[in-house]
Amino acid sequence: MANPQQFCTFYIDKQFFAVPVQQVQEVIRYQEMTRVPLMPPVIRGLINLRGQIVVAFDLRRRLGYADRPEEQKPMNVVVRAEEETVSFLVDEIGDVIEVEEDCAEQPPETLPAEMRELVRGVYKLKEQLLLVLDAERTVNAAGGGWQRN
Amino acid sequence: MDDLTREFLLESYENLDRLDQEFVKLEGEPGNLELLKSIFRTIHTIKGTCGFLGFTKLETLAHRGENLLSLLRDGQLTLNAEITTALLAMVDAVRQMLASIDTTGNEGERNDEALIATLTRLLEPVALEEKEEANPEPQEKLEKEKEPEFPPDVNLGEILIQRKAAKVIDVYDAVQQQHEGDPRRVGEILVEKGVVKPQEVLEALSLQQQARGTGVSDSTIRVEVSQLDRLMNRVGELVLLRNQILQYSNTTEDSGLLATSQRLNLITTELQEGVMKTRMQPIGNVWSKFPRTVRDVALSCGKKVRIEMEGKETELDKTIIEAIKDPLTHIVRNSVDHGIETPEKRIAAGKPAEGCLLLRAFHEGGQVNIEISDDGAGLDLEKIKRKAVEKGLITAEHAGRMSEREAANLVFLPGLSTAEKVTNVSGRGVGMDVVRTNIDKIGGTVDVQSKPGAGTTVRMKIPLTLAIIPALIVTNRGDRYAIPQISLLELVRLEGEEAQKRIESVQGAPVYRLRGRLLPLVYLDRELRPEGRAEEASKGTAANIVVLQADERQFGLVVDSINDTEEIVVKPLGKQLKGIKTFAGSTIMGDGRVALILDVLGLAQSANVVGESREHAISGTEASAAAQSGEKQTMLVLEVGRDGRVAMELSLVARLEEFKREAIEKAGDREVVQYRGKIMPLVDVAEVLRLAQKQGGEGKPEMTQVVVYSEEGRSVGLVVERILDIVEESFVRQQPAKHEGLFGSAVIQQKVTDLLDVHSLIRTAIPNFFDDAPMHQER
Repeated sequence: MANPQQFCTFYIDKQFFAVPVQQVQEVIRYQEMTRVPLMPPVIRGLINLRGQIVVAFDLRRRLGYADRPEEQKPMNVVVRAEEETVSFLVDEIGDVIEVEEDCAEQPPETLPAEMRELVRGVYKLKEQLLLVLDAERTVNAAGGGWQRN
Repeated sequence: MDDLTREFLLESYENLDRLDQEFVKLEGEPGNLELLKSIFRTIHTIKGTCGFLGFTKLETLAHRGENLLSLLRDGQLTLNAEITTALLAMVDAVRQMLASIDTTGNEGERNDEALIATLTRLLEPVALEEKEEANPEPQEKLEKEKEPEFPPDVNLGEILIQRKAAKVIDVYDAVQQQHEGDPRRVGEILVEKGVVKPQEVLEALSLQQQARGTGVSDSTIRVEVSQLDRLMNRVGELVLLRNQILQYSNTTEDSGLLATSQRLNLITTELQEGVMKTRMQPIGNVWSKFPRTVRDVALSCGKKVRIEMEGKETELDKTIIEAIKDPLTHIVRNSVDHGIETPEKRIAAGKPAEGCLLLRAFHEGGQVNIEISDDGAGLDLEKIKRKAVEKGLITAEHAGRMSEREAANLVFLPGLSTAEKVTNVSGRGVGMDVVRTNIDKIGGTVDVQSKPGAGTTVRMKIPLTLAIIPALIVTNRGDRYAIPQISLLELVRLEGEEAQKRIESVQGAPVYRLRGRLLPLVYLDRELRPEGRAEEASKGTAANIVVLQADERQFGLVVDSINDTEEIVVKPLGKQLKGIKTFAGSTIMGDGRVALILDVLGLAQSANVVGESREHAISGTEASAAAQSGEKQTMLVLEVGRDGRVAMELSLVARLEEFKREAIEKAGDREVVQYRGKIMPLVDVAEVLRLAQKQGGEGKPEMTQVVVYSEEGRSVGLVVERILDIVEESFVRQQPAKHEGLFGSAVIQQKVTDLLDVHSLIRTAIPNFFDDAPMHQER
């Protein structure tokens, strides 16, 4: 295998996403959150992660999807990005998979703007496509879901 | 970088800091041989070590300095300002090279030719004389001097051998025996064998002890600050866990668990205190740099300034020490540059030519007070006011109404500089406002007081630690928020109907009358959800008002409910949340959930209670203005002397007290009482107002009624005949003041009542009460 990469995968609205496994600190089930007033909607709240307080980003809102139904509790992918620990709220957790670098392509032009900005590459897997996110850009203050609603 | 170099750097930094102080001290007492020796040793050590580590430039420079010092030590040269400056420049160059080694691993590209030339030139007068005889090599001298001393790691055997008390072979045997498992110490073995006298061993031991520096170096270790930070974080988590367990154990009947959790509670508290203590540093660590700063600044502007320190050992958290370092340095430089006058001006003003800068630090009420006072010219209040008006920071009308203290505190406004000329030291219009901002950031306060011709005092109040603070927990829409207790003044709860009646509105802005003063109200909910509909609080429910202090301005924060006070562990907010000034941080509550900590100043700013430009509250003058306009006020009505009837604002009253007649003592010609561990002067109101006293024949009553007035920790007791009533009434001042200490008269409760001007009354009786207390002690 030429240059295999490991990714931690997850689903958002049935779409297959991933972040490089080196950036992932841990994956945990739904946690109670404290909402933060005056913040853009993409920041859903603060989580107590064994004494460390981390900001939870809702990837649905970040990527421009509709909110998940009330009864569906999100999962946390705890990621280290921009020298901070943050949590990505996703629908479902997938496996850690190994993918060859050479099956990646640039995201297609037709992808919605807020998503294309965050997708580093599209990996052509056998059964489906895997969109790999740039964790740094995802937590950066530009882009969708940041305007107050 | 290898360990050896790191060790060398650490040690050298410490040594250099000490050098700065020693040099400045030496300048004051040039004949102090001990100091010279100590300086010489330090430079010598640096020189030796960097020769060993291969830092040749550093070695050359240190060597020149050492030569110069050795001449000074041997009395062949006398210290003067020029030599001190050159030596200090050498210390600076060494410091810079060390910094360069620290970051890049080498000494850096520097050219110290000029400095070396200066140092060499200073050597010359002596060197010329001694051309004939061989220049005494300073190292040799030192080694000779050091001979009787032993390196700190020397062992007993070696000392005994050197003192010819034991034979090499005996010591060797004893050490061998030890290696074979003899648990006894070498000295014991030798004595028992009878080859050494016990007396000799004892002497050798004491020598060894001396060499080890009386054991102090053995009993301390260096620890990285980051290590302590991590430890502190863990303890913080432990505190939170403890809180959770306590909460849980209170709901069970299990006595075993209860006892265990109580024990856990105690140990956690002790551990927390212990760890906090490891992070505490004496403020002297920051101050130690100031003698040098003062010397340099004073020299550059041709002044003579002496620095004095009180309370060097006062301890503060490391992070706070770091945070106040720059503000303190700025104030010190400012005081020397602007506060203290040139020697000519001082002499003309009848003061000693040498100015004095006094640094004081002391604990008070869980906070640390730091004062920087100079005995300079004081602030030119008129000029400050004029400048502030010119720059549009305040209105001319406002300036006219200002008290001295308010005017002095204008220096903290951004964009105000009163320096006539901009020097490289200060006077660039940035500075005091930055000082204020930095002190605010760590939850402290800063205040300046000045007496024309007598000096200026900057006073700071700083919290002991930032990591764990007491806070009030409030609820808004089911979310909990923590309010640092340091900003909290009081809590007011208005029940049902009262809430609607007592909360009034001025042009739509809600206000509440707190003891006669208008308190602007801020609804937490509206601040946190500006997009939400402004639901009126007129649901008929109770209103909870948290009275807060932000930047000398009071306001009431209306919250849904007030829970409790709790010790909270402050956690910083993530980068994404930093931009919001309403929150100061976050914390984890007893149930494990996160709560946000409100930033009281930020909240006040976003609610426009205090302007961004920090316009100051017009405090003292408000009351008298209100008295003229006939607004409702709460007054304390008193009987003084024989049938005198006066009223004073209730908000000026700290307490009402009764003292037995025997408790009143005399200090000088003033009557005083012991009150809360302090001496409180008493002022007889009737006497100051020249009212007729009660007839002597009636005899003084057994108890003396006293109204206590407090300001800045100083109190004064106003002696009155009787406390009549507290009334809330609107009245109009009708007659102008007929006496010092009065505003005038008004009709209160259908009776003519004199309105007491407490400030002027106290000033009349105790002229120096409002003066700066510490400065007063100084003179």
